[in-house]
Amino acid sequence: MASHEEFERSIGDVVAQIGKLKEMASSGGLDVETELKKLESRLAELRAETYANVTPLEQVQIARHQQRPHSLDMIERIFTDFIELHGDRGFRDDPAVVTGWGRLAERSVMVIAQQKGRNTKGNLKRNFAMMHPEGYRKALRMMRQAEKFRRPIISLIDTPAAYPGIGAEERGQSEAIARNLLEMSLIETPILVAVIGEGGSGGALGLSVGDRIIMLEHAIYSVISPEGCASILWKENTEEARSKAAAALKLTAPDLKRLGVIDELIEEPKGGAHTDWDGAAEILSEALQRNLDELRSLPVDQLLQGRYEKFRAMGVWGGGE
Amino acid sequence: MAWFRREKKKIGGQKRDLPPDVWTKCDKCGEILYREKLADNLDVCPECGHHFKIPPDDYAKLLLDNALEEEHDADLHSVDPLEFVGPTPYADRYARAVRQVGRAEAVLTGRGHVDGRAVLFGAMDFRFIGGSMGSVVGEKIARATERAVERQEPLILVSASGGARMMEGVLSLMQMAKTSSALGRLHKAGLPYISILTHPTTGGVTASFAMLGDVIIAEPGALIGFAGPRVIEQTIGQELPDGFQRSEFLLEHGAIDMIVPRPALKDSVSKLLGHMVDGST
Repeated sequence: MASHEEFERSIGDVVAQIGKLKEMASSGGLDVETELKKLESRLAELRAETYANVTPLEQVQIARHQQRPHSLDMIERIFTDFIELHGDRGFRDDPAVVTGWGRLAERSVMVIAQQKGRNTKGNLKRNFAMMHPEGYRKALRMMRQAEKFRRPIISLIDTPAAYPGIGAEERGQSEAIARNLLEMSLIETPILVAVIGEGGSGGALGLSVGDRIIMLEHAIYSVISPEGCASILWKENTEEARSKAAAALKLTAPDLKRLGVIDELIEEPKGGAHTDWDGAAEILSEALQRNLDELRSLPVDQLLQGRYEKFRAMGVWGGGE
Repeated sequence: MAWFRREKKKIGGQKRDLPPDVWTKCDKCGEILYREKLADNLDVCPECGHHFKIPPDDYAKLLLDNALEEEHDADLHSVDPLEFVGPTPYADRYARAVRQVGRAEAVLTGRGHVDGRAVLFGAMDFRFIGGSMGSVVGEKIARATERAVERQEPLILVSASGGARMMEGVLSLMQMAKTSSALGRLHKAGLPYISILTHPTTGGVTASFAMLGDVIIAEPGALIGFAGPRVIEQTIGQELPDGFQRSEFLLEHGAIDMIVPRPALKDSVSKLLGHMVDGST
């Protein structure tokens, strides 16, 4: 069954016990009903307890959880008629980002989604959802297409970072991200951003200039990973330094809501989205529809003014009165 | 390796015998240089052409007719919005930078003239927490850009930065979106933005306003990139070739328009502005 992180090991134990019990019941015809019920209620309790008191570093582990639903898992459950489109028309197709048309409650939308792999093979293909410049350029091409046909854009964010490699630098990683930031601020159609897993720095931001930013409860969004921050500031990558860095960076959804960086925190099914993909998709789908309905009702000039003011207001400083 | 390091220390020892205010050593070719002469040469080594880092005021002097005629938003300062707890508290690090540099933040902004044309101007200070962009740097750049739109004047920004200021967390990340959105408006208004990249310009500054110039000029030999070389080496597990992410590499790969040595910067900027805004069409 699912792999479990250190902090949820006791959950893993109960899950394993339930699995064994079910196996015994099916093979031996034993009546395990009472025992099963007991264990299941214990599991629910444990999950509620564990997830109510996670530390910021544990929050990071949940956001990166191996069993967490990824973009395509969400797309499959939320959109109908999904048709994937490929390539930046310049260099290649970047599989770290999936783009294409889909229907949300019958209406067409352009979906831009960062895609992680579920195993080694998948991650080799998807490059751990770390995009190259051509990925950002592909996404921009699709956003222009959405603008042309006056359809809204939904951006699903789940990446550790933009890829730091030789080819990425040669082909202008920084320009590709910068260009998206500028162009997204001017695109004349609603842009709705949902952070569903990891919002990794510039790699995430390059697809995240939108009219609304919504975020799943256990997702994170940060300027740098706790590992990176720990090794730069604490000069060590120990559990303790990572834990301090994760807390200092204020990267959890409730923190980001307080800081005014996100508009809405979407509660996940108890125990996290990774325990209930269908439930998580249903909750996300409702939030996407509701926000999109509101954005669709705005005239374009008001939409763009609002988008500008949203990012213009971000940051905290003193002086200048 | 150890043998070379010891050798270097010997040279350093030699240098200490020289009056430190009068002489300095070129970081690149090791030539001992007379400070006054180096300053006359705009801090470019006369032997090898190495460009020393210079503070933003020096860029204002060398690019503008009468340096900065008015400074803007000099009182904006960081307030440690996350109450960031690191090995050194952000508030202490910030206070030390203010003392060392004598300025409240990592960018100087204002207005001046280039060969008689009024421009909005900004230059970053790498000495100030690595020229990192937090809320204040983002705000000052956005205000300079908005002033350029209001006054219908060109914008010139000189960048030098290690990236986003992580002690302001995701708020510093958002400055990338803020500055780029402001540049979107400048672009719509049909006004020129000339971006000058100096050593080093990396991270969030490169991935936002620094790479969005109508024309991007780099000083020779500057390190310019998205990820720092160490991060890339760790990721790919191999050493990077010589010259990787240097100005010359970027020019070759089509990422920047031109490389201009410091003494010729003003002339290039002035010519470009002439083509972009002067006279009738």
